[in-house]
Amino acid sequence: MHSISVKELTLNFGAVSVLKDLNLDVAEGEFIVLLGPSGCGKSTLLNCLAGLLDITDGEIWIKGKNVTWAEPSERGIGMVFQSYALYPQMTVRGNLSFGLKNARMPQAEIDKRVARAAEILQIGPLLDRKPGALSGGQRQRVAIGRALVRDVDVFLFDEPLSNLDAKLRSELRVEIKRLHSRLNNTMVYVTHDQIEALTLADRIAVMRGGIIQQLDAPQVIYNRPANLFVAGFIGSPAMNFLHGATVDGGRRFEAGGIGLSLEGYEGGAVGARPEVVLGLRPEHLEIVPGAEEGRTIPAVVELDEPMGADSLVWLKAGGAQMSVRVPVERRMARGAAVHLRVDMTKASLFDAATEQRI
Amino acid sequence: MLYGTLFIVCIYYILPLWVMVMTSLKGMPEIRVGNIFAPPVEITFEPWVKAWSEACTGLNCDGLSRGFWNSVRILVPSVILSIAVASVNGYALVNWRFKGADVFFTILIFGSFIPYQVMLYPIVILLREMGIYGTLSGLVLVHTIFGMPILTLLFRNYFSSLPEELFKAARVDGAGFWAIYFRIMLPMSMPIFVVAVILQVTGIWNDFLFGVVFTKPDIYPMTVQLNNIVNSVQGVKEYNVNMAATLLTGLVPLTIYFISGKLFVRGIAAGAVKG
Ligand SMILES: Nc1ncnc2c1ncn2[C@@H]1O[C@H](COP(=O)(O)OP(=O)(O)OP(=O)(O)O)[C@@H](O)[C@H]1O
Ligand SMILES: [Mg+2]
Repeated sequence: MHSISVKELTLNFGAVSVLKDLNLDVAEGEFIVLLGPSGCGKSTLLNCLAGLLDITDGEIWIKGKNVTWAEPSERGIGMVFQSYALYPQMTVRGNLSFGLKNARMPQAEIDKRVARAAEILQIGPLLDRKPGALSGGQRQRVAIGRALVRDVDVFLFDEPLSNLDAKLRSELRVEIKRLHSRLNNTMVYVTHDQIEALTLADRIAVMRGGIIQQLDAPQVIYNRPANLFVAGFIGSPAMNFLHGATVDGGRRFEAGGIGLSLEGYEGGAVGARPEVVLGLRPEHLEIVPGAEEGRTIPAVVELDEPMGADSLVWLKAGGAQMSVRVPVERRMARGAAVHLRVDMTKASLFDAATEQRI
Repeated sequence: MLYGTLFIVCIYYILPLWVMVMTSLKGMPEIRVGNIFAPPVEITFEPWVKAWSEACTGLNCDGLSRGFWNSVRILVPSVILSIAVASVNGYALVNWRFKGADVFFTILIFGSFIPYQVMLYPIVILLREMGIYGTLSGLVLVHTIFGMPILTLLFRNYFSSLPEELFKAARVDGAGFWAIYFRIMLPMSMPIFVVAVILQVTGIWNDFLFGVVFTKPDIYPMTVQLNNIVNSVQGVKEYNVNMAATLLTGLVPLTIYFISGKLFVRGIAAGAVKG
């Protein structure tokens, strides 16, 4: 049984179609991250799951029940919002117990659940404070606690960490991961932060324009992007793209005087195609002094950018701008002529017309 | 220079008030002497007492007190009713987006542009059909209806400035329409309620037109009665009584400004620092 099952979900705001025929199955205990650029419909999808938006068409199932038209509180979900959305006039305890009181739960049970959530999230000392007297990180813990006390199987997070500074964000990220492994419930987590997505997710759904572009494990999304959009969106710095053609019955890639052997490409035989895009991640390129037939691209160093752990070298190669990740000790002189060795086993090849992976 | 200008403006506003207060504390002989700016030689509260409990309008000679209590009986239910209805309207318009919400709102706003005078007669007929023409409840209803557009707009704008996610969180927490209104929205909206109260109290207290049209002499509000006292044709003009009556009538809005003004500022400030 799927924990969440979205079937052909369509949502229109007036004439604007925000989600289009969207299908998504989430297994029990799975951590799904919805990732995509601003305005692609991540929050909208989450609100549909929560029952905060009336959908135009399709069905939503949670825990084997059709909840398409069920009230938010009856869906067995807890939700954490970007702005925390704590009730300002209530204490932390009031915030945590508000939902339980609405459900007419006995006071003893409420106290038990609040105590447990406070213990898990380490907010015990804060219980009698108002949200206004808490720091951002503490507020977000309380917001998570409010979902926790509901004792539900599905957690929905809408960019819960994006209002926090970088340090707190990474702390809470770890904490959310720990929470997941402890509770083992299903999580749907919206973010536009790739690091969050790659570190937290069992599977990532990359969205654009209300459509899921690719739904897969983080390593697959990263190493074998399904199309040009995903390839360009995931990874920082972005993947390098070379526009060219496959020749020689698909055994070679040619672009602006560069020739590369496609031997080792995991896609296998690709055939001869007039217009393709070769995608190479900065860490899958190596700067070497001499040319090697069919394995290197000549390049000229333009800039190097030390980034702490490693450094990024920007070069001009094959008429395109490319970046390569190198160890930070390795300084490159501007204007130096070098060669880039391509690891074809890790490259991605896309059809320029359909933008799909070959 | 700036202070000079301010000073002159102040004088301009204070002077009439000064004249009124002074005159109301003088006896008639002293008034006839002339100088309206001079303070009273002999302070007397006689005119105030007379204005409150003895001045005649028509056959009734129990002073402004009758009008005062009428006004109170009109004011309290009108203010409560109009604010209650308008705040729920605004809340529903912003957060529940029911079918036809936009149409409803447009009609409401459009309604506020129709001149009162055009609607007077139709409303008289309507109230008569309902059997409450010339009663206090009729006037309360009229005040409630006419306060609706501006108040609804006020509340709608305020509620839409509150974070939407709070409302969503409350829905996930299983709170319904009224629970969210009373437990979440109301406690966050005190400043705007104070503004609405000021608006309604002064507006309704100062109303003259509706009072004349929709009530009978027995239950005339204070403003109408004041007018009748000041404009009564029999006998000599008792300027001191008239001034006292006018001041008495103005006292209520004034008090409201002083009391709620402070609350109002405090409410706004409290809203500003909440994180
Ligand atoms: N109430 C609404 N009425 C009309 N259009 C809306 C409404 N809410 C959202 N949209 C549109 O739907 C699209 C998706 O919005 P959504 O909030 O889901 O984006 P998102 O992926 O969460 O973006 P972000 O990362 O900025 O939060 C946007 O183009 C937005 O303009
Ligand atoms: Mg969003």
